[in-house]
Amino acid sequence: METLEQIKNRAELAVRGAKIDIVANPGPSQQSSLLLDHEHAVGVATFLRDHPALSFDFCSNVTGVDWLDRVLKKTAKVKQVVDGVEKDVDQTTEEKIPGYLEAVYHLYSIKHKHGPLIIRMRTANRGDGARLPSLTPIWRSAELQEREIFDLYGIRFDNHPDLRRILMWDEFVDFPMRKDYRDPDDYEWEPTPHDDVLERAKQHYTPRPTLDGAENITAQ
Amino acid sequence: MTNNGNDSAVATSLRDVETGHRPVATMSSRLDGELLEVSMGPQHPSTHGVFRMNVALEGEIVRKLKPVFGYLHRNHEKIGENATYLGSMPYTDRLDYFCSMTNNWAYALSVEKLVGIEVPERAEYLRVILAELTRLQNHASLLGFLLSDMGAWGTPLMYAFREREKILDLFESLSGSRMMCDYMRFGGCRVDADDAWLAGAKRIVDRFPKFLDEFEALILQNEIVIARTQNVGKLSPQLAISAGITGPMLRACGVNYDIRKVDGYGIYPRFKFRIPLGDHGDTYDRLMMRALEMHESIEILKQALAQIQPGPVMNPKVKIRAFRPPIGEAYGRIEGPKGELGFYLISDGGPNPYRYRVRPPSFINLTVLEDLCLGHTVADVMVILGSIDIVMGEVDR
Repeated sequence: METLEQIKNRAELAVRGAKIDIVANPGPSQQSSLLLDHEHAVGVATFLRDHPALSFDFCSNVTGVDWLDRVLKKTAKVKQVVDGVEKDVDQTTEEKIPGYLEAVYHLYSIKHKHGPLIIRMRTANRGDGARLPSLTPIWRSAELQEREIFDLYGIRFDNHPDLRRILMWDEFVDFPMRKDYRDPDDYEWEPTPHDDVLERAKQHYTPRPTLDGAENITAQ
Repeated sequence: MTNNGNDSAVATSLRDVETGHRPVATMSSRLDGELLEVSMGPQHPSTHGVFRMNVALEGEIVRKLKPVFGYLHRNHEKIGENATYLGSMPYTDRLDYFCSMTNNWAYALSVEKLVGIEVPERAEYLRVILAELTRLQNHASLLGFLLSDMGAWGTPLMYAFREREKILDLFESLSGSRMMCDYMRFGGCRVDADDAWLAGAKRIVDRFPKFLDEFEALILQNEIVIARTQNVGKLSPQLAISAGITGPMLRACGVNYDIRKVDGYGIYPRFKFRIPLGDHGDTYDRLMMRALEMHESIEILKQALAQIQPGPVMNPKVKIRAFRPPIGEAYGRIEGPKGELGFYLISDGGPNPYRYRVRPPSFINLTVLEDLCLGHTVADVMVILGSIDIVMGEVDR
């Protein structure tokens, strides 16, 4: 198989305007990956599948990853005047790195028997922007797996043919694989349609503020 | 894949089957053209656990089929993220509870990739022996289950289970448990197999072909089986590749892709074995694939049992306590009996994985269930589903 740089250069040449980054993997497995931009992801994926030398025709594994908001703390010495005397003072600056959700695809080629090529896409944020283009039109094997990501992580895949919950039940609210998920204190407890019970139900299931409406997508 | 065509007693309807003509998708027993929605499962025995299909029928013909998952969902992946790396090992047994040994191996292989651990040679041999024994018992049981789905209650399944029990006895004497073996560790295996165990394994392997011949004579040349399976649920190689179908189901379409050969993980390159391929991609080919793969597994087992040498079964450098893989990620996969079983792990340097993902073969093989069933009768749905070989512990996780 060609190196990641070669594949990246080929894809950037073939798909105009595509911006691909290499995400390095510091571990010993040597499985680094390509980060695709949303706009050209479908084009790049089609290229990876159809190019005769690459022909990644088999998308093996599709999965999501949740990365929470992070705060990078940096400490630097800064000169400051304290009580009329100039002194070196430790100053901590905090850089906020917003969290995002990630979809990871492991591609192999059955024709050339090489792989894996790992491609990933990142959402803009963990709320309203949790959207990605679906790669199901290119690899059918992503169909159930993208549904599973939607179900457990809440990434909405545009152009997915049948995006609804798959493992959790349709009425379920929230996305259980997210890192900040709180599970309800009683799964078996069900509200009955009486006012006082429904009122208590509101307290029972306190909704997380980051929900964006995707949890309301149910079977037609 | 022959049918005894010389037999003059073969009924005319079976002749139709031989020529490939099958009266599907032509008859409509409802004149008003309305579809009847039927919920098949989740409690039906032929759904192999708790699996449901919403089927729209026109007469007896399937016009639409939507699988419904999740009855056995317990969020295995979340539990894996909250447990230590080793803590998930016994839990992988519960994924595909027929094949705990291969589940262990796939998980151990992924962690070994993540950390960069070498495995001693004897442990690799033991892994191959156990994985191929697992394949034998999985495929034998599958054939039994499939026949029982078709209405051959009891006999084939009990034949298969008789042999399976012998292999499970081996597992039990080695690991202490019949099904939930929890045998493999990162960098080797938990306990060594003594000579008596290897001799016992050899005895079972030597006797297995006799059972296999008998089983094949019972099942694969049976006229009813042929009539129920040939030209039922045909899968094209293009769709199979695109839909990520793996394992015997992919090879039944004639696609030569076996991870034991492609990746050559463990010590598989040392063994001589062939990859059986089908030519029609129908249910009969999928059945046949299992039977032929069992023959090849026996070949691998014979070679492995002859070659295995004494030695350590654990890499002594592996830390068992305070096991913290370096920051990074790894995807490891093996050829499980049901298809490609992979584990995707992300480590943030902590004692438990940041992301723990199982690539379940039988879940992804269900992607094409609707495509296989359309145009066939309700009774065929059970046969097609049975030939996919699903285990709900793995599908729903």
